[in-house]
Amino acid sequence: MKPHWFRLSSNRSALSALLPAFLVLVIVYIGSTSWTIWISFTNSRMLPNTNFVGLRQYDQLFANDRWLTSVHNLVIFGGLFLLLALALGFLLAVAIDQRVRNENSFRSIFLYPYSMSFVVTGLVWQWLLNPTHGIQRLVRGWGFPDFAFDWIVRQDTVIFCLVLAAVWHAAGLVMAIMLAGLRGIDEDIWKAAKVDGLPAWRVYISIVIPMLSASFATATVLLSTSVVRLYDLSVAMTNGGPGVASEVPAKFVMDHLFERANIGLATAAATSMLITVIAVVAPYMYWRSRKGGRA
Amino acid sequence: MRSASFAAMSAVLLAAAPPVLAQEMKAEVIHWWTSGGESAALKVFADQFTKAGGTWVDNAVAGGANARTAAINRTVGGNPPTAMQFNTGKQFDELVENDLLADVEAIMTAGNLKAVLPDPILNATTRRGKMYAVPVNIHGQNWVWYNKAVLDKIGGTEPKNWDEALVLLDKAKAAGLIPLAFSGQKVWERGLFNAILLDKGGPAVWTEFFGKRSQAAAKSPQFRAAAETYAKLRSYVDQGAPGRNWNDATALVIQGKAFMQVMGDWAKGEFAAANLTAGKEFGCTLFGSRGGGYVMGGDVFTFPKPKTEAQAKAQATLAKVMLEPETQILFAQKKGSIPVRLDVDGSSLDICAQRAMKVIGDKSQQVPAVEMLSSPAMTGALEDVYSQFWNNPNQTVDQFVEKILGVLKQEL
Repeated sequence: MKPHWFRLSSNRSALSALLPAFLVLVIVYIGSTSWTIWISFTNSRMLPNTNFVGLRQYDQLFANDRWLTSVHNLVIFGGLFLLLALALGFLLAVAIDQRVRNENSFRSIFLYPYSMSFVVTGLVWQWLLNPTHGIQRLVRGWGFPDFAFDWIVRQDTVIFCLVLAAVWHAAGLVMAIMLAGLRGIDEDIWKAAKVDGLPAWRVYISIVIPMLSASFATATVLLSTSVVRLYDLSVAMTNGGPGVASEVPAKFVMDHLFERANIGLATAAATSMLITVIAVVAPYMYWRSRKGGRA
Repeated sequence: MRSASFAAMSAVLLAAAPPVLAQEMKAEVIHWWTSGGESAALKVFADQFTKAGGTWVDNAVAGGANARTAAINRTVGGNPPTAMQFNTGKQFDELVENDLLADVEAIMTAGNLKAVLPDPILNATTRRGKMYAVPVNIHGQNWVWYNKAVLDKIGGTEPKNWDEALVLLDKAKAAGLIPLAFSGQKVWERGLFNAILLDKGGPAVWTEFFGKRSQAAAKSPQFRAAAETYAKLRSYVDQGAPGRNWNDATALVIQGKAFMQVMGDWAKGEFAAANLTAGKEFGCTLFGSRGGGYVMGGDVFTFPKPKTEAQAKAQATLAKVMLEPETQILFAQKKGSIPVRLDVDGSSLDICAQRAMKVIGDKSQQVPAVEMLSSPAMTGALEDVYSQFWNNPNQTVDQFVEKILGVLKQEL
């Protein structure tokens, strides 16, 4: 039993060590977030003001075609991007796990896109996909005058171009995470499966994938953050066009904060994004806390 | 980009420099003129200010919105620059409302400068009865540029309005060329529609629609005619248009791959860089079926409330220098704009600029740019509607007008 004063002082030193982080959390995160939510109830334009207008900004926001398109795009992008990046990353990891030669070079090549910024990724893919400069022109030049690959200039397909570039960017990261998971699987499991005469694909689907659930969860969390933040890729690739077909919520917020000097509407959009994220994450957090904090 | 990094470097060096004497006249200017022609034009201001005994501290920020945001943040935060650039119009309204800007009324009346400015420019810089910004140039936004060799090839004469232009666009299409060089970005989709609206509706519909947000103007037959022509033009642009930069579209006209382009007079810089002369290899014209008009945009410099006597003096000197006839001409030559003063001799400028000066000599032709009549939020909301209409061939003119009316009803 330690004397009373000692426990107190160790508490105090722990507190003082945590104080800076705590202050940053309260002032920077919670403070800024609260301020943003408050401003969304005012009619602020270029500069923040305090004229309370209730939910008017939200009414305008959800009557705004461009915002609705942005949200719709984010749902499509998020779903496809998560699915394809996880699938492709996992398949790449499985392929490399087959004891290939030059494994290190392959790993570097697949991981390389992730070291590029979204802006660079967006610009390169913009050139590749541009029908008058990129792949379409190249293939037509090879003597296929009817070849068409014009996804990026068509309103109904442009969002898939964003998915394509983002998957190219992130698949290597998923691969690295999955590969680490695969390497952690005991050799004996494979031997046992061989003895039972299971085909390799069955082992992967029924045994390996469930064992990799932690790796999948990690990859999903990492990819999800880049879905919500999606901004620079849209700006670099299409600048939201053609029309508003590839607009995304973060870009809506940025454009209205600065270019359009409409802070009230921008903060209403930002608050809506926050509420959406909380609505998605909260049940998961609750479920985790019930499980006793183990993912 | 070199000028921007140089500016950033000099800003760092300045921050490290020891405090200067109060007597020195120093002007730190935040602006977004970073391209070749633009920085050459800005250098005219810097040189003239240096001649007047001042020290120019350049603070270039690439991108208009970025530069304005940086300038506004510093002004609100109590560390204002000496002068900051805005477009002629409503961008600095709230700075005036919050008493963050010094008025330039005294400086402008002293040199009798107010008398030589066009009315729309005067209105766009005046708030609460006083001038709060120094206009430095006029940019025409509704120019039509075309390749003369292409015009000769397809046979025809310089078009005077969109009806005549459509005939030539058909001919260009038949000749296998790109009829209309277009950059499919929201801002230029807006520019094209507005140029057509001015041709079809004239200055009257223009000021009703943008200035008074009149529902009647949006429902008028002229507005519908503009929307119909706009919709027709979709079939005259090439597949590579979406997302293309405006200067790449100008390049198509320069190379003779395309017949014409609708763009502001900053496009002249591209023709000049390709060693083409106005009236020889390329033509410039203004459309007007109903009274014509020259859409006058441009740039102004505003001055945050000075903190010291020296700063106030620097601001006054800067304003005076920028509006001197000699500066005005030198600047316009480099920038592709025309002088903001109606009383300077423009005979040293190119024929397009000379034509512009002659046109705005007539008061009825002076059309204020949209930036002067409507807030950035309103302009942006309209832009979204135009852009969706342009990119969606299935949308009818009725639906388009309906959406425009919806935007006009909003408090933006």
